[in-house]
Amino acid sequence: MKAMGERTEPSKGRVEETPRTREGVPAPAQEATARRGAGMWENLAWSIGPILLGLILTTLALLAVGANPVRAYTVMWKGAFGNAAQFSNVVSSWVPLALASVGLLITFTAGLWNIGIEGQIIMGAIFTAWTARTFDWPAEALIPALFISGIIGGAAWALLAGVLKTYGHVHEIFGGLGLNFVATGVTLYLIIGPWKRAGIASTSGTELFRPAAWLPTFPGGMAVGPIEIAVAVVSLVIVYFALRGTLWGLKLKAIGKNIRSAYWIGISTRLHLLGAFALCGAFAGMAGTVQAIGVWHRLIPAISGGYGYLGILVVLLSGFQAAGLAPVAFFFAAVSKGSVALPLDLQLDSSLGGVLQGIIVLLVILSQGVRARVQRAGASARIDSAVLASPVGPTAAPVEANENPPL
Amino acid sequence: MKKVLLIAALVVLFAALAACSPAPTPAPTAAPPTTAPQATTAPTTAPTAAATKAATTAPTSAATTAATKAPTTAATTAATTAATSSPTTATKSITFGVVLVGPYNDHGWSEANYIAANYVKQKLPGSDFIYLDKLNPSDRPGTTLEQVVTDMASKGVKLILTTSDDFQTDTTTAAQKHPDLTFINVSGDNAWKDGKNYKGLKNLGNFMGKMEYMKMVAGCAAALTTQTGKIGFLGPLVNDETRRLADSAYLGARYCWTTYAKKDPSALKFDVKWIGYWFNIPGVTLDPTQVANGFYDAGNDVVISGIDTTEALVVAGQRQKQGQKVYALSYDYINGCNEAPDACLGVPYFNWGPRYLKTVRDFAAGTWQPGWYWDGPDWKDINNPDTSAVGFTYGKALSNANKATIQNQFIPGMADGSISLWKGPVTLQDGSTYIAAGSTATDQQIWYMPQLLQGMTGASAPTK
Repeated sequence: MKAMGERTEPSKGRVEETPRTREGVPAPAQEATARRGAGMWENLAWSIGPILLGLILTTLALLAVGANPVRAYTVMWKGAFGNAAQFSNVVSSWVPLALASVGLLITFTAGLWNIGIEGQIIMGAIFTAWTARTFDWPAEALIPALFISGIIGGAAWALLAGVLKTYGHVHEIFGGLGLNFVATGVTLYLIIGPWKRAGIASTSGTELFRPAAWLPTFPGGMAVGPIEIAVAVVSLVIVYFALRGTLWGLKLKAIGKNIRSAYWIGISTRLHLLGAFALCGAFAGMAGTVQAIGVWHRLIPAISGGYGYLGILVVLLSGFQAAGLAPVAFFFAAVSKGSVALPLDLQLDSSLGGVLQGIIVLLVILSQGVRARVQRAGASARIDSAVLASPVGPTAAPVEANENPPL
Repeated sequence: MKKVLLIAALVVLFAALAACSPAPTPAPTAAPPTTAPQATTAPTTAPTAAATKAATTAPTSAATTAATKAPTTAATTAATTAATSSPTTATKSITFGVVLVGPYNDHGWSEANYIAANYVKQKLPGSDFIYLDKLNPSDRPGTTLEQVVTDMASKGVKLILTTSDDFQTDTTTAAQKHPDLTFINVSGDNAWKDGKNYKGLKNLGNFMGKMEYMKMVAGCAAALTTQTGKIGFLGPLVNDETRRLADSAYLGARYCWTTYAKKDPSALKFDVKWIGYWFNIPGVTLDPTQVANGFYDAGNDVVISGIDTTEALVVAGQRQKQGQKVYALSYDYINGCNEAPDACLGVPYFNWGPRYLKTVRDFAAGTWQPGWYWDGPDWKDINNPDTSAVGFTYGKALSNANKATIQNQFIPGMADGSISLWKGPVTLQDGSTYIAAGSTATDQQIWYMPQLLQGMTGASAPTK
């Protein structure tokens, strides 16, 4: 919330009621805690508490199935960071996850729940696959073209959800969900239809792309290369600054906070919403490109890898902050990759990694709610509480996610 | 800042937890979980071993894997399987990796491979394996074979068996990328010198069982049992392997239908339906339960399963309970009838154990050579666990008369070559002659089966 709060300040009189914030804590809560002198330590407790609790709950679950928790965590750690190749696996998973998250941050900032991101990743991969299968170009020309194809595919699919939302009044959750199914259907159709391998009818995937369409990897059997890392890092940096330091970013936040007010102060909300969709789709599409030419080297039905949905958790856990995306996505990638080592070593199901991720996200969100409630109660007589409890606005559901404490 | 702290704390915690655990923990804690599943499979393999041949050796070999008696029991089995073994010195430790496409306990394809890995562990002192099951994009989105390879390699594994046709491309890529590791793709052909897809890699091998024979037996059992003359074949995806297995089942059915049942070949209906993958993936494949039900609703009273899992038999069992006289043949796994014994005519199954053992033993001895092996049944006893690569478990629902026909006429006929169903004329679904009258199909012609055969209905996805 830090970047958001600071930058929306100039227009706060009209756009949002919340006063200036510092250090990522919403003003009311912050002032209340400052007054009580707890400050930083309390912040820290609220941050670490849910994570500790998450680890404790996961540990209890491990004990309940008769596993050694310390050993389980060690195995996961080694599975993610045991050697360079394993670390490269984590990074290869971090790239599409970071791209999906950075796209989602844009739509979340605009107050949109872009559930359709899975479909946008898939569509990016489909467009990429088409280009890879169609043009017999050298790698230097082909790889940029592949990324552009992914961007076009993802953005177009996102715009479809955007048009459904802005012109058809179809909520983006339902529109997106529907489009996800359609995208999967298109993939399946292509894989067992026009793009099927000669003499084979299988949903397992298309033929491998030719080598020119493969993203190069670092030597020594690494799973990842410089291009996709650069794409992800540049994307993170661009979005960080675009949301933080541009008028466009400011307007997007205004829409996210309260679309009606934003409209009344003269922001073309429809255009901005469509833009947010398209941009998110573009990043998602690149995630699809990376999945297609960096990870699988072909089109498969589950090409999205679930990174779209996982990206939603990443954004939630990072508190809707661009700066938090990279580390949180990295943590998720490490848990996902590390947990594959669990069945190898301990005969434990690797879904434990998913359990850990889910529990932590849940508890962090829960703790934010509890914290708001506790502090509201503590300062009930104050005007702050009135501000905190003030209604959020007409586009309630998405905007709530953007407001920090009162979930 | 708060959130950054949060993340930092998280990473630190994770690191701290990892650091807290000293190295010595692995051995003692790892042992119980790895052996636990063992206990569940041991009883299933032991009885069959005992039943067929080594009634006295099976229990001892199970009990003495770690003991000093191992060499003697190993010697008895080694004599029948591999010539290169040196039982007394075979204590060199080796851990191999196995990658399964489905759950290790799927009562089908993956379980058959899992059993084979355990067979090696029992028979080869000092050997052990690690495995990862459910490696498919639906169960493990984002997990590639490449990652599993690096994970296994980090544990010192040098030999990795990838046990699905679905892994063939990625296995070959991995073999090119990791020349220090050796790969076996079970059911693949990239290591077949005389095959169409030979890659010439020094660290890649293939093997497969000649399931065609047992599919012929399955087809025969179906044809002898059916009252409606309509047999359904529940197919996975369409490729060379599945076409040749479906075709084999049909050839067996047609032979027994005309020769033993003395019926008109044109009265036999053999319908093939493909679900799109080796097992059910909701939203991606057709639901095999629905397809099986569809078969029975359409008047088929026997369904032959060609997929990795047991849906066809389960459906047949449910329908039997409702009083219908319908049957199914399972696939892949020796105990595949257990899901619904009363509806089960039998299971053509893979007995991967002997080839696994030979591969791992050779690899440990440093004598392994890249190659492609297509192992047939031991015609003296197709159900010998130590010598036969494929076998057939007779189901409870198969009548004694039909069982006798199969056991005393059909199988011996195939064994001595008097029944050779790949002898021409073999006509493809499109009417073209595939094997001319008088000649017999080559291995290549059988392996790279381009279409279903004339007389069968269903999609071929033809290669030509």
